[in-house]
Amino acid sequence: MSKPSLEKVYQWLEEVKDPEIPVLSLVDLGVITNVTISDKVRIEMTPTFVGCPAIDYMKNDIIETLNKHGQEAEVDINFKKSWSSDLISEKGKIALKKFGLAPPPDSKLFTDLEILENAECPRCSKTNTELRNPFGPTLCRAIFYCNDCKEAFEQFKPV
Amino acid sequence: MNNEALKELLYKMADDQLILGHRNSEWTGFGPLLEEDIAFSSMAQDKVGHSLALYTILQELGEQDPDTVAFTRNAEQFHNSLLTELPNGEYDFSLIRHFLYDTAEALRFEMLTQSSFEPLAQLSAKIRGELRYHTMHANTWIKQLGSATTESITRLQKSLEYALPYALGMFEKSPFENALISEGIFAGEQVLEDKWKRKVEEVLAQTQLQLPAWDTITPHLGGRVGKHTEHLQPLLDEMSEVLRIDPTAEW
Repeated sequence: MSKPSLEKVYQWLEEVKDPEIPVLSLVDLGVITNVTISDKVRIEMTPTFVGCPAIDYMKNDIIETLNKHGQEAEVDINFKKSWSSDLISEKGKIALKKFGLAPPPDSKLFTDLEILENAECPRCSKTNTELRNPFGPTLCRAIFYCNDCKEAFEQFKPV
Repeated sequence: MNNEALKELLYKMADDQLILGHRNSEWTGFGPLLEEDIAFSSMAQDKVGHSLALYTILQELGEQDPDTVAFTRNAEQFHNSLLTELPNGEYDFSLIRHFLYDTAEALRFEMLTQSSFEPLAQLSAKIRGELRYHTMHANTWIKQLGSATTESITRLQKSLEYALPYALGMFEKSPFENALISEGIFAGEQVLEDKWKRKVEEVLAQTQLQLPAWDTITPHLGGRVGKHTEHLQPLLDEMSEVLRIDPTAEW
């Protein structure tokens, strides 16, 4: 098997999705921090949250996907480059919204819970919303309520 | 780098996170309102995750694997502060403990982003961001309930007075304090304690809660050297129950 290009590897990694948000690839999520290609493909990744229970699942998924493309792969999970919600790509943010999750606002703006008060509702795109809980069903989500739609929605937390 | 000093620091931090993470998880299904049930459960998951990351660094320094370290030690081999092992009590105590502990925890990781030990500095930079949600959660509730009704204020005041001596025990000095400071691994418990006091004062000043003078409080020490209350061993027994029944179980 010949050595693949970096571009090709990233293309394959696009096939690997976040197990909890199946519309978002790990590349768009921003958790792939480095790729080097030598005798095998070496991938460095970092978790969204340190306690994310999906990280081992993602790691195995990467290895399986690359094996499927005839590549030997090794995945190293580390904190050399710290993940932030700002690393989610524009394409990823659009996918999140379509999935029904409000994309995270710029994490640098986030200094106070009040900043988080009015997220944009992924259904009606308006901000007549309120924060119900900064903690949600997974570590990376907060719970909001849209006063116009009269329904709860989740936001991918800025961090 | 002084490995013994480093390990001592990592163990006490990891044990704090694991034990309080476990206590927080005991609120799952029992929170006074659904949002608080979810909040304490999420913070439990974060803290246990932080302990795993710290135990993993310890493993890289030659210690046993994280599961062995977490589930097979006895109480006297744990270095968590006494504050973290106390039973949850009622919500007022859990909230006060959450506020006092998480304020210190957030400051400790903030300080450690400057550590000369690179793996810890990198991990701390990550954890610092997550902890903003924990301290904001604590501060929001302390400010609200600390100025709400006579009952909420009285309950929080009582829990505050009970918890403060244990909280000061978090800053029990390590035998390696000088080595940690001189090697730039950690700026030391005294610096942390001072920062923590200023922060606690700042938040409580926005409530009707009364902070006793610091010099009237005698710290409850011992946790860092394995001298624990009677509450830790039953917690560890419960935590390791599955492993003791079936050491080969996967979960």
